[in-house]
Amino acid sequence: MKMKACQAMVECLKAEGISVVYGYPGAAICPFYDALMDSGIKHVLVRHEANAGHEASGMARITGKPAVCVVTSGPGAVNLITGIATAYADSIPLICITGQVNTEQIGSDVFQEADITGAAEPFVKHSYLVKDANDIPRVFKEAFYIAGSGRPGPVLIDMPMDVQRAEIDFSYPEKTDIRSYKPTLKGNAFQVKRVMAELEKAKKPLICIGGGVFASGAQDEVVELAHLMDIPVITTMMGISVFSDDDPLFYGMLGTHGLPGANRAVNECDVLFLVGARVGDRAVKTPIELEQTTKILHIDIDPAELGKNIRVDVPLVGDAKNVLRQLIGRAKPADHSEWKAQLDSYRIKRSYGEPKPGTVIPRQFIDKLSRAMPDDTVVTADVGQNQIWTATSFHIGKGGRFMTSGGMGTMGYSLPAAIGAKMAAPDRAVIAICGDGSLQMSMMELATAVQNDVRIKLLVMTNNRLGMVRELQTNGYNGRETAVFLDGSPDFIKIAEAYGIKSCRVTDEKSADEAIELLTTYDGITLVEVMVDENEGTL
Amino acid sequence: MKHTISVLVENHSGVLSRITGLFSRRGFNIESLAVGPTQDPDVSRITIIADGDEHTVEQIEKQLNKLIEVIKVRTLGKDECFARELMLVKLSCTAEKRSEIMTIAEMTEAKIVDVTLTTVTLELCARYKKLERFIELVSPYGIIELVRTGTIAIQKGADVMDRKK
Repeated sequence: MKMKACQAMVECLKAEGISVVYGYPGAAICPFYDALMDSGIKHVLVRHEANAGHEASGMARITGKPAVCVVTSGPGAVNLITGIATAYADSIPLICITGQVNTEQIGSDVFQEADITGAAEPFVKHSYLVKDANDIPRVFKEAFYIAGSGRPGPVLIDMPMDVQRAEIDFSYPEKTDIRSYKPTLKGNAFQVKRVMAELEKAKKPLICIGGGVFASGAQDEVVELAHLMDIPVITTMMGISVFSDDDPLFYGMLGTHGLPGANRAVNECDVLFLVGARVGDRAVKTPIELEQTTKILHIDIDPAELGKNIRVDVPLVGDAKNVLRQLIGRAKPADHSEWKAQLDSYRIKRSYGEPKPGTVIPRQFIDKLSRAMPDDTVVTADVGQNQIWTATSFHIGKGGRFMTSGGMGTMGYSLPAAIGAKMAAPDRAVIAICGDGSLQMSMMELATAVQNDVRIKLLVMTNNRLGMVRELQTNGYNGRETAVFLDGSPDFIKIAEAYGIKSCRVTDEKSADEAIELLTTYDGITLVEVMVDENEGTL
Repeated sequence: MKHTISVLVENHSGVLSRITGLFSRRGFNIESLAVGPTQDPDVSRITIIADGDEHTVEQIEKQLNKLIEVIKVRTLGKDECFARELMLVKLSCTAEKRSEIMTIAEMTEAKIVDVTLTTVTLELCARYKKLERFIELVSPYGIIELVRTGTIAIQKGADVMDRKK
């Protein structure tokens, strides 16, 4: 069918089942916006392009499918890079469409020109600069396939204005075949046998799950295998909420900021089975020590992760869901009561002291709030102390979901990610937990939430500090605290009022209970500011 | 340790920059890189000489394989391939030294491609090591200019690099 290329771009999105795009227009992407207007696809106007990436990321993490963001050329595209890099570090599938100047102007430094395919190259799974409009159907088909398959990631499509304006004969390809891209999905049968043999032999086996379990949609499989073989489970930050905190086999998050019990489990296990976890430096500080004492089994869909950060005894390339199914097929029930009892003795019961007047203990409040929220709540944590408090104190119920910027550690992620998540799951409660520093990195997105009536809940932990950096300076720089004071911040309650958002402030136990009441009963956008002692520690 | 890595890639614009970008951002050292078309106009072959231990080379191969436009990656062992590099070298040379240089050229199978009153230009196609020895041999005469292509390599015997992945 003959149509304008920009129309064809919209048809491609429709064919991929896209109903929402996050974006910010500009001259170089106007043809696409014009075609989008009558398409039935909802456009959400972000207030900064980086957040278009984060909002699409929040949506993609809930749906498990690529989500779309669209920006203009030059500054729009360059601003989006933070969103792209954040998604890349956590293997989140995004389709990032950028406007570009006319083909014949490329390379001559015209107004709002940026070499975005070049600039974003380190952070994309793949990218296209489309110079021939006839390539549009193939490029979009490939882009969606590449973004969502194998190890997911962002794919960028740069669209010069004249290409968008061209006319083409459109038909959307049924399937795509890229000879140089064939992810390994099924596990090699021999390696599967070896992994199972090691798990059966192990006296103190431990499963460590990562974000790959979500990427693969293997949550049920990993829970099933762990229970079938009675193997204790710990998680990286990216794997939080695969297991409910109520699961007796679950021992929490490992790492620099993790639970002591989870770290002891890693040190004392005889076989460590990594599932979609890449052994990042914040998760395992000294992999060399670990590989000497422990047998390491590792499933990952990305062969490059096997042996990259830790020497692996049995590597197994494949999609976690398939591979775990293969393992479950061979698994025999086992009993590790003694090992579990040992780990149970490492579990800590947190006790909280008296809060400083005018504040509450952040962990205590987060724990209490989370138990009052529905089990299937989606919580997005920002970056910093608020992230660790949430990661280790927000009680995850059955079907709950925790999301954060794990790899890149991008401040300002939680609010836009919550918007994307809420739009993907309008019936679930979605709460973003951030600090007063991180909120001010994406506060402009409150308008996006209001404009589109996206009913997220927002918890701001105010300590008037960049708390984690402050703590680092206290402990590592002889208490020379610099550039971490947030004096000059606005009154967040007044900010909420200005946006027409319901809000309240938590300063003591009574106001804490009122806030929890508001957060659990009111179905509108809500901002709760929680006053926190500026000297509160991360751990 | 040096490794010879052969890479088949889709002949798209921008592929080379993706590959060199990958090497620089992951901290891999490239000694030389040569790229050109193959018998299939859609496919280019890149030969990279890289420095690093076994772990590094394994990572280089795996990371290269992740690039969508990379069709095939193979590290070629020293004994399984023929490796060649082309060099052009311009020496400072007046009439009295000319015969000496001609003798060296004859002994090393280098070709004299140009002569002027003050210079002589030589061409040599050989293995990396032989080029190094040649440079040592002629440097006393004064090297004015030196150009090298970087090594290309092909497997010995009937063995080929498969274009299917």
